[in-house]
Amino acid sequence: MYQEIILDHYKHPRGAGVLDRPLGEAHHVNPTCGDEVTVQIGLDPSGGLLIGYLGQGCSISQASASVMAEALTGRTPADAWPIREAFLELMHGRGTVEPDEEILGDGVAFAGVAKYPARVKCALLAWMALQDAAIKAGLAGAGPEDTISEDAQADGGDEEGRAAP
Amino acid sequence: MLDVARIRKDFPVLERTVRGGQPLVYLDSGATSQKPTSVLDAERHFYENANAGVHRGAHALAEEATDAYESARSRIAGFVGARSEDIVFTKNATEALNLAAYAFSNATALAQHEAAGIDPRFVLRPGDSVVVTEMEHHANLVPWQEACRKTGATLRWLPLTDDGRLDLRAVDDVIDRTTKVVSVVHQSNILGTINPVRLIMDRARQVGAIGVVDACQSIPHMPVSVGELGADLVAWSGHKMLGPTGIGMLWGSAEILDAMPPFLTGGSMIEMVRMEGSTFAAPPQKFEAGTPMVAQAVGLAAAVDYLEAVGMEEIREHEHGLTAYALHALSQVPGVRVIGPQDAVDRGSAISFVVAGLHPHDVGQVLDSRGVAVRVGHHCAWPTCRRFDVPATTRISPYLYNDESDIDAAVDGIRAAQAFFGTGAQHAAPGLS
Ligand SMILES: Cc1ncc(COP(=O)(O)O)c(C=O)c1O
Repeated sequence: MYQEIILDHYKHPRGAGVLDRPLGEAHHVNPTCGDEVTVQIGLDPSGGLLIGYLGQGCSISQASASVMAEALTGRTPADAWPIREAFLELMHGRGTVEPDEEILGDGVAFAGVAKYPARVKCALLAWMALQDAAIKAGLAGAGPEDTISEDAQADGGDEEGRAAP
Repeated sequence: MLDVARIRKDFPVLERTVRGGQPLVYLDSGATSQKPTSVLDAERHFYENANAGVHRGAHALAEEATDAYESARSRIAGFVGARSEDIVFTKNATEALNLAAYAFSNATALAQHEAAGIDPRFVLRPGDSVVVTEMEHHANLVPWQEACRKTGATLRWLPLTDDGRLDLRAVDDVIDRTTKVVSVVHQSNILGTINPVRLIMDRARQVGAIGVVDACQSIPHMPVSVGELGADLVAWSGHKMLGPTGIGMLWGSAEILDAMPPFLTGGSMIEMVRMEGSTFAAPPQKFEAGTPMVAQAVGLAAAVDYLEAVGMEEIREHEHGLTAYALHALSQVPGVRVIGPQDAVDRGSAISFVVAGLHPHDVGQVLDSRGVAVRVGHHCAWPTCRRFDVPATTRISPYLYNDESDIDAAVDGIRAAQAFFGTGAQHAAPGLS
């Protein structure tokens, strides 16, 4: 489960920190373990995503935030959201989904995590916060509601996607 | 001395292997205990021979089922030195504590419309206080927060010392004439601390407050006579004491149970029902609405028999030895910090710790990969974690079927996690951020 890539992102998080002018921000906690992350979203002058994050938690949740920032920063929202979709699909697959490195980049390292239901929440924490931040920023793209309800369904409607006050 | 090898033979699940054929080392009894064969057999025997609704029905099975249910109640009552009539069955300790908290919010709501028959001891008003401690399980915190929200009363708590004990100097200040109820955990599920509940309950009595004890982690691990705690109400769960899930207990003094309004209402708990209104049965039936958990009661009675045969004093001694052993072993691992009392005095076997530079989830994962089952997280005691400035902890919680080799397996696993993440003795200083 602990791929080298995960450990590397954990020990050397990419792009961690806050944005100067975020367009949206969301703080999510995992109520079962207290892991938390704040994700910010913004746009650079050429329309590419800026992502900031701060968090504390286990190697999986922190590495996942780093992988997310690395994979999505600089992409247009239209390019970024399919990557998020692919990551969600991988994590909800209970180990049956074959990850596509072309799309996911370092995200493929989380394939093993999908086999541990208790850790899937950790891996998704930052990605769920990103979705909320994107909605607040008006960057969630077409049909954000669809995306959310699909997530809620896959998670059996538990607390994972809920923001802390 | 407990014959752990012999005891383990009674627990089929302990024979199994996990994560690629490794023997299971179960150190999560604080969450729920494993069940001996005799408990499983008792439930099965009940279903195969006497299953029927209780307290209703006019046939042989109904009679036998009622007998089985009520004799289970009396064996469970006997285990904690109580009278049968004073034991209410609930689905778990959380429900038992809610039953207690709702007695206050319900009485407060009723008192707005009907003065007669509402015991003023249960009526909460703005200016009144409800007292808990900073080491409560959420089950003994959130229901009281809600009772305060509904009534305008104020929640107060007894603070903790840095070594994880109640700061007893605060007792006389925090519990005062405004206090209507004091609800305190007997043995903390996260810190392991055994609290001097008698002293606190005596103070509650002195100011005229109702005293409640959460005995979830004490009754399974030491001899407890509920009457001696000095409380009015005592709550605990069956599943942490070798019994099935789905059954919890609330003990109350006869006088208090009689004075309390019911919690859940419906069938089985009534005396007389008319369209205009109803009257209620005497306790404990008053608090047992609907078809109860008969098989679970029967199973729990078998668990009580098992515990008594081993001996609660022996179990306490055994766990005390394991606790001292584990505290010492953990103190030998650089970077490990135990959250809670550092010695085995007035302390149970649940031991929480953090490992420098390692998140509890990662410690738990490495332990799990070695077959060692522990709990990680905030252990439903989030404010307690905050008090000690840790996001979460890893917790081992041994029971009568564990021995020193299980502790060794956990400690070896911690060292392995440190080696894996490169945070061993040499690297203990810089945390991974
Ligand atoms: C101290 C304490 N109180 C209350 C509870 C709640 O018990 P249950 O979940 O069985 O209702 C627990 C166990 O989780 C506990 O350890």
